[in-house]
Amino acid sequence: MKIRIRILSILAPIIALFTAVLICSAILNFIDRDPVETFRSMFEYGTSGKSIVSIINRSVPLYISAVAVAVGFKMGLFNIGVEGQYLLGALLAAAFGSYFALPPAFHILFILFVASLSSGLWAGIAGYLKVKKGIHEVISTIMLNYIGTGIIAYLLAQVFFEKDENDSLKVPQTNYLPESGQIPPLNNLLGIEDLPNLHGFVIGAIFIGIFYYWLIWKTSLGYDLRATGSNPIAAKFSGADPAKMVILAMLISGAIAGMVGMSGLTGYYHRYTIDFTSGLGFVGIGVALLGRNHPIGMALGAILISFLERSSQILDLKDVPKEIERIMQGIIILFVVIGYEIVRRYVLTSQIKEASKEVLNE
Amino acid sequence: MNKLFSFIKKRYLIIVPILLLIFVAQIERYSELTSSGTFGAALRLSIPICLAGVGAIYSERCGIVNIGLEGMMVMGTWFGAWAGWFYGPWYGLLAGLLGGALFGLIHAIGTITFQVDHIVSGVAINILAAGVARFLSVVAYADVPAGGATQSPRVDERIDKISIPYLSGGKINQSETADVFRSLEELDLFLISDLFGLLGGLTRNISYFSILAVLLVPISFWILWSTNFGLQLRSVGEYPVGSESVGVNVYLMKYIGVTISGAFAGLAGAYLVIESAGIYREGQTGGRGFIGLAAMIFGNWKPLGTFLGSSLFGYADSLQLRSEESVHGLLIIIVSVLFIVGIRSMINKNLRTGLISLIFSGLFLFWFLNSSTIPNEFVFFTPHITTLIVLSFASQRLRMPKFIGRAYKKGELT
Repeated sequence: MKIRIRILSILAPIIALFTAVLICSAILNFIDRDPVETFRSMFEYGTSGKSIVSIINRSVPLYISAVAVAVGFKMGLFNIGVEGQYLLGALLAAAFGSYFALPPAFHILFILFVASLSSGLWAGIAGYLKVKKGIHEVISTIMLNYIGTGIIAYLLAQVFFEKDENDSLKVPQTNYLPESGQIPPLNNLLGIEDLPNLHGFVIGAIFIGIFYYWLIWKTSLGYDLRATGSNPIAAKFSGADPAKMVILAMLISGAIAGMVGMSGLTGYYHRYTIDFTSGLGFVGIGVALLGRNHPIGMALGAILISFLERSSQILDLKDVPKEIERIMQGIIILFVVIGYEIVRRYVLTSQIKEASKEVLNE
Repeated sequence: MNKLFSFIKKRYLIIVPILLLIFVAQIERYSELTSSGTFGAALRLSIPICLAGVGAIYSERCGIVNIGLEGMMVMGTWFGAWAGWFYGPWYGLLAGLLGGALFGLIHAIGTITFQVDHIVSGVAINILAAGVARFLSVVAYADVPAGGATQSPRVDERIDKISIPYLSGGKINQSETADVFRSLEELDLFLISDLFGLLGGLTRNISYFSILAVLLVPISFWILWSTNFGLQLRSVGEYPVGSESVGVNVYLMKYIGVTISGAFAGLAGAYLVIESAGIYREGQTGGRGFIGLAAMIFGNWKPLGTFLGSSLFGYADSLQLRSEESVHGLLIIIVSVLFIVGIRSMINKNLRTGLISLIFSGLFLFWFLNSSTIPNEFVFFTPHITTLIVLSFASQRLRMPKFIGRAYKKGELT
């Protein structure tokens, strides 16, 4: 029984992927492009060594973003505001981290701590509004995204700006992090010096995945979270305070969201500019849905999305609109969501059937 | 007199800020707060929010949460711009409506037939819509110099505008008439000029699209509360098993509700393109679908309340667009509301809330006195922070449809 459920759950995303390929082929055919050639060149380009490094680099923040969303999902809480949370955290971390130098490991920990704290508190506002004021978290987190964008723009322009050479104009970016606050790439360690830099924060992402697994499945807090998610009333009677749960889940989700920008900040940009990678929060929601909030499932989901994003870059050269990849992402997520629901229903009914069979046999 | 007093006592949290607003607007540099231009812009800005909000009512009243409104609105902007540019604005309106309805239908299939969690499905719809809009732009505007991956060419033609003759300077037989409202507004009298600023703004240069959109509010109220269809649709969101037992086709009702909601969101998108911007731009909706949802919550899942809620957001939006100075005047209103709340909490022995409100009131007062403008970057999110503030005052005494957000399967619930 258990194995059958596992197989079915894996089947759902595979079927979704195939459906997406089919629909996109039809669309490509419709606009007079060769679908087979398109997907072949995408696959070829996406599996080259350079692309693989870039895919891993891209999946790191996506994965963390998905984990942040998943913490909320696990208890039926929708943190749509990861986007604003991680950008705000990254800005504050970049700003405070660039003021002074500490011993390397401590400095990096300090930066991560600032990011987590500020993102967590920002997300906590939504938790507070839900508990005390009854505002649904979807609305409040989305509004907080816009407010956060404004605050970031203000802080960047008026508070943490950098002066240009003549000391006259304000440039909206923070100072560079000192060397002690930068995470070196892993290329030397893995012996792949000829490839582009593999960001060191990959290790951080793995650690966050393990932390997530431990938190949700191995602690009593995680048990309460899951219980609240699947049956709030039962959870309440078993002693989980729903209000406390909402605020805690929001704080944790936000604190993890703070890590999203860290691979970019410590490994690549080394400072916060207006070009800092945005949009990761929204894609992260899709990845969480793809991976069904499972630590390994989300990793695969993040890699799949990054693969699509990277491999579609070649399409420009083939005279195929690379935006076909955006549609593919959307279709995969929509179908995967439907697929999981069908599997869940099927499993539920077959469990009921089996249970009633056992009762009858007794 | 007694009645008036008790009315004021009950509604002082609304009346006092409005009075203060009028007082503040007497000061020269804050005069935009109640000018007809501001109100006119507020109407134009609140209509897309209102359309989305009224659309949300159709969906939520039949029990389906519609977070996908934003995506449906994006489809409305895209198809509205494309058909508007190709065929003309009225076709744009129709195409936007159909584009939104199509995505409404997808949401319906996901949530009703496949019983996916409503918010999950809505999020997926938003992701899909963004992708589809981008792709369609690349394909449709590949050879159009003015268009591109993120924007459409300009929709040149506009839908005609009218004003009321004699009152706000409309035309009769091509000849100009008097503009009584404007003359009264320019008298600069306390209350009078503010009132006629409001009336003038709402009646001058209004397009047929706006009139249609505003009319949809009472029409929706009539459909949902006075027709058999409306009763059936609402019953499905309250107690579907009961509806089923008296012969209502629950699935069909839900499908209709969600598709109509998508059509409204599409219309809202088309309005943004055809009436406001004249062009499709990526990210143009700017969360207005979600603000529409907030307006609906503020309006207690009813059309008129939704209209009022959206006009509040539209007003905040128009202030930030028209006059950044005026937004500064709003600070004094925040100060006073916080002050009233603080004092009331103190009287009710709720010391902590009272103290926090008073402290914040003081901080805002300090900010107001020590600045002459609000930074640009803050002005930009005026409507969004208004949403949060308004909802945090309104949320407690609302009643949502009973069966909202849950999956209904025939024969499964008893």
